[in-house]
Amino acid sequence: MEASRVLEILGNVLKNNGLIVAFAIVGLTMYLSYFMSNKFTKGRIHGSAIAIALGLVLAYIGGVVTGGEKGLSDITLFSGIGLMGGGMLRDFAIVATAFGANFSEIKKAGVNGVLSLFVGVILSFIVGVIIALAFGYRDAISLTTIGAGTATYIVGPVTGSAIGASSEVITLSIAAGLVKSILTMIGTPFIAKYIGLNNPRTAMVYGGIMGTTSGVAGGLAATDPKLVPYGAVTATFYTGLGCLLAPSVLFLLTKAIFA
Amino acid sequence: MVIFGVAILSICFLSGMFFGDLLGDILGIDANVGGVGFAMLMLILLVEYLKKKDKLNKQTQEGLAFWSGMYIPIVIAMSAQQNVVAALHGGILAIIAGVVVVVVSWAVVPLLSRGGNIDAILEIDVNGGEQSVRNTR
Repeated sequence: MEASRVLEILGNVLKNNGLIVAFAIVGLTMYLSYFMSNKFTKGRIHGSAIAIALGLVLAYIGGVVTGGEKGLSDITLFSGIGLMGGGMLRDFAIVATAFGANFSEIKKAGVNGVLSLFVGVILSFIVGVIIALAFGYRDAISLTTIGAGTATYIVGPVTGSAIGASSEVITLSIAAGLVKSILTMIGTPFIAKYIGLNNPRTAMVYGGIMGTTSGVAGGLAATDPKLVPYGAVTATFYTGLGCLLAPSVLFLLTKAIFA
Repeated sequence: MVIFGVAILSICFLSGMFFGDLLGDILGIDANVGGVGFAMLMLILLVEYLKKKDKLNKQTQEGLAFWSGMYIPIVIAMSAQQNVVAALHGGILAIIAGVVVVVVSWAVVPLLSRGGNIDAILEIDVNGGEQSVRNTR
């Protein structure tokens, strides 16, 4: 049999079993990452932090190669990554982490968690608006949309289309949210000890303040997997709260100030 | 059976998503409001209840623990499909906004989490989270 035929058959096997390919790739990536973590950093940088960084690099490569929006999963051979890391399985696994959570801890931190959600959304919004102002935006619609995008990359476009922002501003708002999410994923394990992020209560506040579910989920996973359910339980309310506040109350306030 | 655990998880997940969408609809926004959060709370309460009744046997827990253990690999797959190119091409405004908001948020976290019992955590009940499975009978 010719070599090209063998390659073709191999390619078909990989293409037809995308999700399983993803399991294998992620497993190998994690093995490599934990190896690097032990060998080169003596475990100081957590293996999952390295794996997430590698994932982002792969996403960048995928994006450059295909010009698509879904990172590595836009390459046909790796499309299973899209299923494995997509919203459905991600949320399913996040819910599963609640199996290890302690309800009395959640109750104890409940008030702080709720408070942190409001502080988080409003604070992000204000930061976004100030930076948009610094870049010369003066109309309430653009300011609100960029402020909303600074909350999360979902709140930005939801708000922008609700109040009629230009597509250029909406794209900008998504990009701001993506930067926030990626930086949260990478930065959380490094900042954790400086902000006391080592207990359920702080993790719940952290989820509420940062809000980006993917960022918080990835960041806490790389810091201490035990904290994941606490951060996730608040973070998953953030986008909803942002979608609620940004196009309504926050937009009206912005309009009142900058009209 | 393992599938019982997976089914418990699935039922909590679907109910949570349903409530999240319902709440979003009631509030008049096109988004799921806290669906995952509701599902998590439901799962925690259900597991507590079943544990108390001694109805949660080892295999059932393994069904839950497996998906809990798949969480980090799934997050890594998630990171591999982020739109990193768009984030970097969003220009200076997007990058500055993203960086500043993260740094400011980090600074605020200790203010809100103060008063917590920092030591309480390390011994929290981590069953099911990693590989260990709780309350086997």
